[in-house]
Formats: sequence, C-alpha cells, structure tokens
Amino acid sequence: MTPFPFSAIVGQDEMKTAMILTAIDPRIGGVLVFGDRGTGKSTAVRALAALLPPIDVVAGCPCNSATLADCPDWAGITQADIVTRPTPVVDMPLGVSEDRVTGALDIERALTRGEKAFQAGLLARANRGYLYIDEVNLLEDHIVDLLLDVAQSGENVVEREGLSIRHPARFVLVGSGNPEEGELRPQLLDRFGLSVEVSSPREIETRIEVMRRRDAYENDHAAFMAHWQAEDAGLRAQILAARAALAGVQVSNVALHDCASVCLALGSDGLRGELTLLAAARAMAAFAGADAITREHIRAAAPMALRHRLRRDPLDEAGTGARVARQLAEVLP
Amino acid sequence: MEDPWARVTVALTLLAVDPAALRGLWLRARAGPVRARVHDALVAFAPRKLHPNITDDALFGGLDLAATLGTGTMHHHAGLLGEGGMLVLSMAERCPPALAVRLAQALDAQTDLGLIALDEAAQDGEGLAPALCERLGLFLDLDALAWADTAPFALPMDQIAQARARLSQVRVTHDARTQVAGVAVALGIDSMRAPLLTLAAARAHAAWRGATELEAQDLALAVALVLAHRATAVPDAPPDDTPPPPPPQPPDDAAQTPPDTDSAQDIPDDMLIDAARAALPAGVLAQLQAGRVARAAQGQSSSGAVRKSKRRGRPLPSRAGALDSTGRVDVVATLRQAAPWQKLRRQSRPDARAGQVLLMPSDIRVRHFRAQTDRVLIFVVDASGSSALARLAEAKGAIELMLADAYATRDHVALVSFRGKNADLSLAPTRSLVQAKRQLAGLPGGGGTPLAGGLQVALETALHARGHGMAPTLALLTDGRGNIALDGSADRAAAGTDAVRLAQLIAQQGIPALVIDTGLRPNPHLASLSGHMGATQIALPRADARALSATLSAAFGD
Repeated sequence: MTPFPFSAIVGQDEMKTAMILTAIDPRIGGVLVFGDRGTGKSTAVRALAALLPPIDVVAGCPCNSATLADCPDWAGITQADIVTRPTPVVDMPLGVSEDRVTGALDIERALTRGEKAFQAGLLARANRGYLYIDEVNLLEDHIVDLLLDVAQSGENVVEREGLSIRHPARFVLVGSGNPEEGELRPQLLDRFGLSVEVSSPREIETRIEVMRRRDAYENDHAAFMAHWQAEDAGLRAQILAARAALAGVQVSNVALHDCASVCLALGSDGLRGELTLLAAARAMAAFAGADAITREHIRAAAPMALRHRLRRDPLDEAGTGARVARQLAEVLP
Repeated sequence: MEDPWARVTVALTLLAVDPAALRGLWLRARAGPVRARVHDALVAFAPRKLHPNITDDALFGGLDLAATLGTGTMHHHAGLLGEGGMLVLSMAERCPPALAVRLAQALDAQTDLGLIALDEAAQDGEGLAPALCERLGLFLDLDALAWADTAPFALPMDQIAQARARLSQVRVTHDARTQVAGVAVALGIDSMRAPLLTLAAARAHAAWRGATELEAQDLALAVALVLAHRATAVPDAPPDDTPPPPPPQPPDDAAQTPPDTDSAQDIPDDMLIDAARAALPAGVLAQLQAGRVARAAQGQSSSGAVRKSKRRGRPLPSRAGALDSTGRVDVVATLRQAAPWQKLRRQSRPDARAGQVLLMPSDIRVRHFRAQTDRVLIFVVDASGSSALARLAEAKGAIELMLADAYATRDHVALVSFRGKNADLSLAPTRSLVQAKRQLAGLPGGGGTPLAGGLQVALETALHARGHGMAPTLALLTDGRGNIALDGSADRAAAGTDAVRLAQLIAQQGIPALVIDTGLRPNPHLASLSGHMGATQIALPRADARALSATLSAAFGD
C-alpha cells in the first residue's frame, strides 16, 4: 500500500515544516522529532519519502552517485546508465550491527568464491537521501559513535578485515524518540540541524479529523489518494521552486545581526546555532516565496534550530522550548 | 461483556475477522490450562512461533550456511517476516527492545503481518515492550480466569470469512468517531493509534454481528478490548459509585443502559468509560502502568545482557561459532582453521573448482568482545524525621550534583527512599534525569528511620540491575539512626541488627557502596555499619554540596 500522504497529516505543523526545510536545503542537517507515541512521527517520515522529488543515479551504484565520476572505484561500475529513483529513505533499526551500518567484507562471497568484495551498508544506501532512526535515544553507543563521525565528514571510511574502502555518505539524519525513555547524547543532539517536539493533538475536533482521514485512507483508498496526491504534487512543486530560489534569497545585515543576537541571548554553544538558524530562515524564506530573509522567517525558524543547542541544565524540567520563546520575544520584538 | 470467557472468544474472533486493521493481540497469561485452551484456538490462525532471542537471520532471512558450503554456491533462506501471516511471540516479556522495535517496524510496514504476544510477566518491571503494546490492538488478561469458566473453543472460520466480506460495508459515523475520541481523551490516552484501533475493533464486531451500522454494543466492546488497558487516568467515578468493580460488571450498571438504545448516537460517553473501567480492576491498572514505566526506563540494556559481548568492547580471542547475524566472523581465523585440511578435503571433493577454499561449518570462527557494562548508581536516601530536620535539603542538593555527573558519564540512576515504616524504590534504574529530578523534588521528609528496609530495597534493586547486565553501585545517605526493624516494629535494637545483617549481605554480593553521613555529629553505629558493608564512609560537608560531589567522584574512581 502506498504510504499515507504527507499533506494529509493533520496538524503537527512544526514537524512538517522542519522536514520540508531539510528537503529544500539538505545542508541544514537533520531533524530530531521527540514526542509521545502515536503522534505520527513515523508516518511523517515515510510520507516524506513519497513526497520528495526523485533523483538521478548511476545504475548499479551502491551509493546512489549522480555521475560516473562520483562512483567509488571499488564498485567497479564502467557504464554510466542514469536511472531515476525515488529519494532514498533508509531505516536504521535498533540493534543493527556495525557491519550493516558501515558495510563490511562480503562474507558470502568470501566464503563461497574466495573473493574479496565489499558489501555496502546502510550509510551507502542513504547517500543523497535520508537516514531514519526510530527510537534514536535507545541506539547503542558504539553505533552512535559511527554515525557522529560519518555525519560530520560526509564520508564513510571502512578499514577492517583487510579492506580499505571509502565512499561518500551525505544524508539527512532524521531521528525520532520518546524523551521519557532516556536522554540523547549531547554530541548526537548537536548533529541534528533542527529539533521539534510533537505531542498528541489536544482538541477533540483534530483527533476526530485524524480518525476520519485514516479511515478514508484505509477504506476509500483510491479516492483519498487521488485527492491528497494532488496536494502532495503541489507541495513537491513548491519545494522544487524553493530549491531553485534558495540561492537568490537576500541576506541583509539586519538579518545576520538578528540571528547572532538571538543566539547570543540564548547562550547557545558554538557557532553552529547561528549557521543553522540562518540556513533554516533562508529555506523558510524561499519556501514562502520571499526574496529576502525577514525577521518573521527568523522568528519562525529559531525554535526548531536552537531548542536543542542551549547549554543544557540536565535537571531543568521546563524544557528549552520555553526559554527560546522567551528570549525571542525580548530580542526580536 | 459479563462473561470473561466470552470476552476472550470475541477478541479472538475479531482478530480473525480483521487481522490487518487490529494488528494483533497482547495476551497476558501465565502458562497453564487456561492459556493452553486459548492457544488451541489460535491454531486457526496458522501462526508461526518467534522467541525473544530470535536472530535477524531467522527473522529477515539470510544465508543458508549448510547448503552454501555444501554446494559451493550461495543459498538463501526466507525469514519469518517475509512470509507474512500471524506470528506468535512467546515469552514476550523477555523480548529485548531491539527486537520489539524491529517487530514494530515490520507491523507498520507490512499489513499482512499480525502478532500475538504471549506475555508471562510475573513481577513488576517485566512486561511487553511499549513499542509493541502501542501497536497491538487487543488486550486480554487471563490471570483472573478459572478453568471452570472456560469451555473448548474453535474459531468458526466460515462465519468469520462471511464477516470479513461484510467488513467494507460497515459505516463508521461521525458520532462514533467523536465518542471514541472523547473516551480516549477521558482515559488519558495520548496516542492516536488507540482510537483508530478501537474503531477497527468496533467495525469488526459489527461485521461479525451481520450489521452495517456501528451500535452501542460494538463501541462498548471495542473500548473494553482496545482502550481500557491503555488508560493512564481513570476518570472520576460517579459520586455514589463503589470502587471500580472487577469484571463481571455489577447489574446496576447494566440497568442504567436504556433497553432500547441500539444506535451509536445515543450512548453517553460515561457508558463507554464504564466499559473501560469494568474491563480492568483498578489495581491491575496501576500495576500495568508501573510495569510499563519500569520497562521503558530500562532502555537499551536488554534482559540478561551478557558481559561477554559479540558486538562491542575489547576484543577477545575468536572462538568457534555459528555464522549468523549476532556475531562477526573472524575471517582470518576461519581461514587459518580451514587451511590445514584443504588437501584432505580436496581429495574427497574432486568437483571443487581450482582455488576454491573448502570450508566446513565447524571452521567458522566468531569474534568475541568484553563489553563495558553500564553502571547504575542507586541512591538510598534517608528521608526520616531525624534526617529531614537536619540535612535532607542538603542531601538532595548533593544528589542533584551527582545526577549531573551521571548525565555526563551516561550512568543509569535509581532512587530508593525510606521514611516512616517502609522503603520504596521511588525510581527504577533510568537514564532519564528529568524523572529522577522530579522524584527527588517530590520526596517528603519525616517519620521513623527504617534503615534496614531501605537497605533491603536497595539490595533487591542492585541484584535486579545486575541480572540485567548492569553494574550497580550504592550511595547511602543517612544519619544512621535506624529505629524501625524490618518487620515494621519500632525496636531500636532489632533495627540495628537487621541493618547490620543487610549490610553484610551487600558486602557478600560484592556491591560497591559509599556511605554519606548526613548526621550533625559523627555516629559510631554508622561507622560500624559501613565497615560491615565494606563501604567507604564520608561525612556530608556542611552546606557544600559541590565538595561532596567531588569527593564522590574521587571515591568511585572516575
């Protein structure tokens, strides 16, 4: 069955906006979605895969390279047949082994044919796409270490079992989880560009609407999809237009000053906060069809770009979202 | 549903009618004749068995080693998930989070897959993983059922097939959705999956009855089977109501139902909530919630995690092992093992290609590692009157600083508090510092000092954590003036003896401990207690929690 359409997800606007922003500009970095169970986190990620515009890849390339020159030489690809594929959205299950993530010696071929060959892992498959980790806060530490390294460098380097392999691994990290079950390591937190908090809708009408649409999706599939896929197509066109407009968005000195002063007021660690905020605001402006970043865009992007970057008092219950909102009101009146 | 056995049979029938929408059944029952009877009925689903330690190979499919090595070409076998159908997970309470999440993802992705989880949880802290509780539609608890209540049952497959054909004709009205949404909110259920599953159950029941409209009885039954066990809040009972009765429902509830109510529009929400309340006695509700929280807090450290790991840690010499996804093959060691035999094997296999290495399954060598276990810091806090008056606030401050350290070193923390007559595990081992902070803030002071009781709970917690592969460490904060014995009597002498006995037990178990004297003056009893426990003793420096934190870090050697 085709996944539930992205536009048909009721509410959860911040989560949807964050995902759209990363689709417009993958350099923003990943999205972290924290919240209760059954709030549509996984649904949104799977819907995103269907929403994204397809990419051109060299046929047979294990890491979805765009041109023959980009293909790693160990893949042994000589023909540049370009095929169109949906943007990859790769699931990373908990308890996944290191070999499956980074790739490893192809044991089957080694044992049966005596050949030394590399079997690409999840990181290769996620190149130029999305890597989705459900329950990211329960991920084992040694896998997190691997991810940190690759997410930072954009390249996966495998040095083991007599293999020396490297390939590009640029992906948007999407993580979801439930904060009640454990904290996320601060280092990994920092690698996510945006972070959103989702909660179940509080209004009864919204909840009824969720049920109505789900019911239609399951029992009146054809008509439902016909309607919402048209909406998705509109959104896709908007994303493509925003991608094209991204480079032309003007960044005034005032906007830069605004970004810096918000981050300064919040005392966010490092400079990644400012950079992400600017990139997110730029994507926001492009999505809205504006030709310059305004204070409105910065105000809308700030909570998701900065929420998880504040120097964190591990014992502060109030949540950092409230702190960001307070400072925003003061610094950007 | 007055008859509990009828509830069981209806649940199984609904699952058979619409397995794709209901996704599965969480069956809480100890092994026994009652469960065996249900198990017999499950045969109609043609289920295939899973166990909690199933390998990824068996689940997702993989290399068929025997056939591959035998023929020299690659052979794969299909996994259980690939074939779809109904799966039965036995000993579901032992299901590690990694497997639970994989099954949950498979359930999300494959509509042809269903899961029946047989949960044999016997004590607090055990239970089905939350990722699965959330997705499996139906819940049945057989523990309250006696053998005499049951009767042999086989699913009537012909009628079920007819009901399934009618399924698409059942209309779900706006009112039914409104009611289900309202009840879910009233029961404190945040997830949106729950009301969706409830509607699916109601629809299946309507189809089973041969109706095309949802009626009151469909919704009431669906609420009892799907929503009741997810409740996090029990809505206020009507003022004159006695405490929520266990099933069967008392007759006066039934009498409230107007006999001519047959349209879903007319049922008051209260009735649906009553249906939910009747489905579970209050005690069970609390127990379920406790189980879930403890389970959630357990996080990634799976049950019975081993200290010798196949995945991580410092490498140990390779050992003989099977080629499956749980370990990493040490290729060099495997080839080294096979090398001396090549000449002999080639003689017996004249068909082998030139240059082919002839391997036997017994040659496979698998890497092993010594893993670093997770540490759990168990704070045992004396919140009694004598202590509270003096330094409880300071002790809390010190613990907060230690919590911040624990956050940095990724330790788990647990909190045991004792006051009045007994001791509680206020917080099961968790990495969630928000929870720890909340528990600590709400910790009341005053009352007697059941020091021995506190040590007993701490010891149990430590042993439990060790059973789960964690390394426990105790930090006891007390003034050592224990005056309540283990049996709850206010007998200072007995209290002292009990405390010493438990301290010795802790030492015997080799659990590292630290005693922090929160008293105003040094206490010789506490010093001897520390001696019995094999613990380091330090005095809480006055009003200087930061210094204490530094002392602790030094004492624990990090």
